[in-house]
Order: sequence, then structure tokens, then C-alpha cells
Amino acid sequence: MGRLVIRGARVVDPSQDLDRVVDVLIENGKVSAIGGSIPREGTEVLDAGGLVAVPGLVDMHVHLREPGFEYKETIATGTAAAAAGGFTAVASMANTSPVNDCASVTEYILEKAAAAGKARVHPIGATTKAMEGRELAEIGEMVAAGAVAISDDGRPVSDPNVMRRAMEYAKMFDVAVIEHCETLELHPGGVMNEGYWSTALGLRGIPRASEEIAVARNIRLAELTGARFHVAHLSTAGALRSVRDAKSRGLAVTCEVTPHHLLLTDERVGNYDTQAKMKPPLTTEEDRQALLAGLSDGAVDAIATDHAPHHQDEKDDDFDSAPFGIVGLETAVAICLDRLVSPGILSLPRMVALLSTGPARILKVEGGTLAPGSRADVTLLDLERPFRVEPQAFLSKGRNTPFAGWELKGRAVRTIVGGTTVWALD
Amino acid sequence: MRLQKKDLLDIESLSAEEIALLLDTATSFKEIGTRAIKKVPTLRGRTVVNLFYEPSTRTRVSFEIAAKRLSADAVNVSVSGSSVSKGETLLDTVRNLQAMAPDVLVMRHPASGAPYFVARRLEAAVVNAGDGMHEHPTQALLDAFTIRERKGTLRGLKIAIVGDLLHSRVFRSNVRLLTRMGSAVAVAGPPTLVPPEVEKLGVEVAPSIEDALAGADVVMMLRVQKERMQGAYFPSVREYFRLFALTRARIERARKDVIILHPGPINRGLEIESAVADGPYSLILEQVTNGVAVRMAVLYLLTGAGTEVS
Repeated sequence: MGRLVIRGARVVDPSQDLDRVVDVLIENGKVSAIGGSIPREGTEVLDAGGLVAVPGLVDMHVHLREPGFEYKETIATGTAAAAAGGFTAVASMANTSPVNDCASVTEYILEKAAAAGKARVHPIGATTKAMEGRELAEIGEMVAAGAVAISDDGRPVSDPNVMRRAMEYAKMFDVAVIEHCETLELHPGGVMNEGYWSTALGLRGIPRASEEIAVARNIRLAELTGARFHVAHLSTAGALRSVRDAKSRGLAVTCEVTPHHLLLTDERVGNYDTQAKMKPPLTTEEDRQALLAGLSDGAVDAIATDHAPHHQDEKDDDFDSAPFGIVGLETAVAICLDRLVSPGILSLPRMVALLSTGPARILKVEGGTLAPGSRADVTLLDLERPFRVEPQAFLSKGRNTPFAGWELKGRAVRTIVGGTTVWALD
Repeated sequence: MRLQKKDLLDIESLSAEEIALLLDTATSFKEIGTRAIKKVPTLRGRTVVNLFYEPSTRTRVSFEIAAKRLSADAVNVSVSGSSVSKGETLLDTVRNLQAMAPDVLVMRHPASGAPYFVARRLEAAVVNAGDGMHEHPTQALLDAFTIRERKGTLRGLKIAIVGDLLHSRVFRSNVRLLTRMGSAVAVAGPPTLVPPEVEKLGVEVAPSIEDALAGADVVMMLRVQKERMQGAYFPSVREYFRLFALTRARIERARKDVIILHPGPINRGLEIESAVADGPYSLILEQVTNGVAVRMAVLYLLTGAGTEVS
């Protein structure tokens, strides 16, 4: 493998507290030097003047749907979508068919990902067998095969004893226990946030307490067991208060939020738009403001998309019948740049921390840094490049997004994995 | 004059003028039901499809009679025995209906908002005959018609709505219509059956049925919807009756000329005492009569039929 220098980019790498125009030299798939005098002989030059180079972005919450739901998404289309969205790595959730609850499924996912050759895939193993919440999955075997965390995402572990044992057991492998925090018994049939809009629309509500109860319970279990606990797609002010409190007490508790919870509220359900149906549901402006505050002050550790592709026929239905979930891989970066960084809600280094360094640390995977010696996973951003969200142009099979037609400024323009460009605009 | 709308999906998007137009038109249609030959040629050659995904007797028959009195061809499709039970999607059902070019689709569906989904994809006028817990606009119109006929106006009236508010599309349509037309609405029900932030719809939440009834011109009782309940909403019929049923003793708190409405079907001995349901203040059957006239007005105004009422 040759030598590549990324020349003239503003390099923003929160892992090294770096934010200046400097050259990045890549050799044999690794970052070998930053700045200084980089020899020109035998070096391919990538002129990146005016662009921003950041450690490859990591989406720690993605549903690739394969095996089992290839009509919604495949590992090939999902990782192509990831690369087109600026992500060099994604963590794939276990709710496939069969569930990723044993090493052979984990290996299958990794083989498919290697063959696709786009973004890296870090499989997340199921917490329990078949995600049924009763018996522990073969966590040790899956970790040995390459799983980076465990989660029954999509189906919360309701039995506290099972969750306690999962946390205790996962500690052995130093993997985070990621949980979709929801108290299902609280809201049979719930399809949107409970409040004025659920009353006005006559839709069954999901009270915010559903997430808050589960977050509080799992934090207490993390305290009991000493496990690393990560809250998936945190969406309410109350849940964030619990996470803040846990952090202040020194617990190993982290959380992620999604772009849609940062941008939209339950009013967006409007005339029963199924593109606004997801779990957790869109919440209130008060919650949204709390999440935005948490981005900057460190209460939130990661931005993750919860990319959940569905077939158009599935979303093209009445609100109760349509499945929960929206895609996010190809809109997240543009939304963060245009709606969070551009108006000054979030600094660019902090955005990179939330989309790269933070999730890489939680998953304890390589990446999240451009320090010499690290893998050359690099994303190039153009902060001025206009981007109109056009679902029909997505590389993902999923077209289900509430952001269709949004006019944004700023996007990823090149995605480099292990020194090789896997996607570039134009 | 006609309604400048393709569909009637809710009360929420109707102006006071449009509501008045619907009620005034219904007044002129009511007389037809008293004739020996209860039929006018107004909608001759038009096709009205009644697509019911939930069981219904009163509303479906009411729409069918309304269509027939206007000389439209009415076709009833109910869930059992149709392709719906063979797993056809709502979208495919709609496409197939469209292919037969109906003029009006009257639709009842258990999912809130389903008529919006259909209306966006269908050229025919869509009339919401009840969607989940959302709205039942023709019920609210016939309630308003009944009240206006007795009281002369809706403005300034005090109206009590009591019972299972949470699951009620009748409540959601009525509260929108009545507040828009200048009535004051007080509601009461078990806290488990009062929807969150309901006061933002412009109603006063009374602490008890007695408080809601005090000085009321109109009492609207809601059916306890056992079929929509998944959980512990109240302990027993006996306790519900004791706390929230409309009884002769409680009626004394309302005005002397109070009228009592109920959208039906009534649960005797649960939300209403038989003596009250069948008593002198009750207009429950008058509501049903008026329902036909109101639905005739809806069909007429949505199709923009050229022939004048005669």
C-alpha cells in the first residue's frame, strides 16, 4: 500500500486537541505523521484545501437488517450509505433474523462487511438469547468473534434480574451494556409521545416516564454491578438528569442522542406522518432543549443515528400500523453541521467528539483519532457544500426520513477507511 | 353554496361559517325524512361507498339511508368477507376502490388518522365516519344540530361532557365544534380516562360529575369503550356507576330545561341510568333522526351537486 498525504485541510481531532491547517500523511493504512515536513517523493497528494479532515466518523447505533431483512437493507447497502454519509464505521444492532446472539451470526456479519468493503462494521451482540429477555446470549463467544458491545436494542430487557446478570457477566469482557430504555408495560399500544399532541390526534401515548424509569433502574443496576452501561437514543430531559447524576457519582454511564431528537418534537407527527414515528418517540421542546444543552456540557457522549431502514410499503400505512424507525446515515452529518454547528449550538470539535472519538471510546474500538500510528480512517467535510435531502438518491434501501426536502449546508465529501477512499462526492 | 373542501376528515379544520353552513343545509334536508316519499333526485348517478373497518350499525345505516334519500347508489363494504381480511393493505384497498371511481368514500377505521392516509391518495371525497380515538365529525355535527334545534343557538351554552374522554372520538370532535361555536365545555371522568393536557383543547376539567353538571344546558354522556381498554382504568361497573353515571338525582344539578345526549350505543346501568336514557330530557333517539339529515347535508355539500334541494 502506498503513501497518501492529505494536504491543506483544517484537521479537527478532539482526541489530540488539534484544530489547525496541517498535512496528514498516511502510510500502509495508518496515519504516520501529522504536519511537519512530509516528503513528496512517491506520495499521492490529496489536495484538501478548504476542507475539514476529521477522524473517521463512527455511528454506534445502526440497523443493517442483514441477515433476515434484506428487503429493508443489506450490509452492502447499509455500509455504502454509511460511507456516503461520512461514517467510516458503524455498530450494527443485533435484532436481525436470526438474532445476533451467537458467534456464527457475528462472524457472518463480519464476513459480509469485509466483502462489501465500505464502512467498517462492529457487530453488537444480543444481551439475551433471541432477544427474549430470559437467558443470556453467548456473550463471551460473540466478543471473541468480534462483537464490541451487547444490546437487545428494540426490545428492552424487562426483567431486572436478567439485566443485573447481563451486566455482571459483560464486565468479564469489558464491553458496554447498551440498552433501549423503555418500560413497555406502561403504555400498551403507544405510538407517540404522550402529551397535548397525542390527545389532539387521538393516538396512544408513550409517557416520558417510560424511558426515565428504565434509565433510572439500569443506572442503579450498573451501580450494583460496576458494569459499563450505555443508554441508547436518550430522548428526555428526565433521563438526561439521571445520566448526569450517575456521572457526577463516578459511575461508568454514558449515553447517545439522535439527530432527530435534537431537531424535531412531537408536533412533527402532524397529520399522522409515519416518517415521524420512531422509538423513542419525538418528545417536547423542553426535552429537545435539554438534549442540546447536554451536547455541549459533556452529559451526552455520542450522537448516533439509530438508522432503521424499512421498506416503503411498510411505512406507507396508517400511523398505528406503520413500523417505528427512520434512516439517518446519509443525513446526520449535514444536519449536525447545518443545524447545530452553523448556528453555534455546538462547536465543530465537539461535534467530531460526539460523532467519532466519543463512540469509539464507548465501544473501545480503534478509531476516533488521527494520532500517528492509528488506523487511517478519515472523513473529509466541506462546511460550505449545499445538500438537499433527497431520499430517492440515498444509497440505503431505506427512504424513510422526516428530513426529505431539507436544504442544508455542509456535508461529508470523502470517506477514507484504512487509507483507501471508499466513497467520494463527484 | 358548497363546502370548499374535498373531504370531511375532522372538525378541527372547519371554520364556524362552514359548520353553520353544514347545519343550515341539514335543516333543509330534515323535512325530507318526514315525507311519505323520502327521496329526492339530488345525487342521482353518484356512488357512495361505505367502507367500515369497525362494526357499526347506527352510523353505517345512517349514511346509507342519507345516500339513498338523495338517490345516490350506496355500497357497503365491511371488513368481514372482504379482501381486507385476506391481508390486503390499506393502500391497495384504496387503489382498488379508486379504480371503480366512487364519488364519496365514507370510512370508519380503528386507526386514528387512517382517513387522512386514504384521502391523500383518493380522488373521491372522503368522509371520516370515525377514526380510532381521533374524530367523528358527523356525530359532532348531528349533536350540534340537535342542540341548536332545541336551544336556538350554540353560543353561550354550558355543556357538560362526561365519561370515557380518553378513548372518545366523539368527545374530540364535539369539543372542537362546541368551543368554536361559542359554547363553554366542562368535562368529567375518572382521571384514568381523561387525556393528558386536555385543557389545551379549551375545556374545563371538573373535579366531579356533580361539578360538571352544575348549571348545564346540555349533558353529553360518553360510552365507556370497553373494547378500546387495555389496562386498569376503573375497578368495576358498580363503582363507575356510583361515581360517574348520569342518574335522576344528578340531573337535578343541571338547568331545568337541560337536554341529554349520548352518541350510542348506550351501556344501560354503566354510564347512564335507564330512567334517564328513556326519560323526558333525553334526545338520544332524536339524535339518530337528525343524523340522517346531517349526513345528507355532508354528502350534498361535498359532491357539490348541481340540483337544488326540492
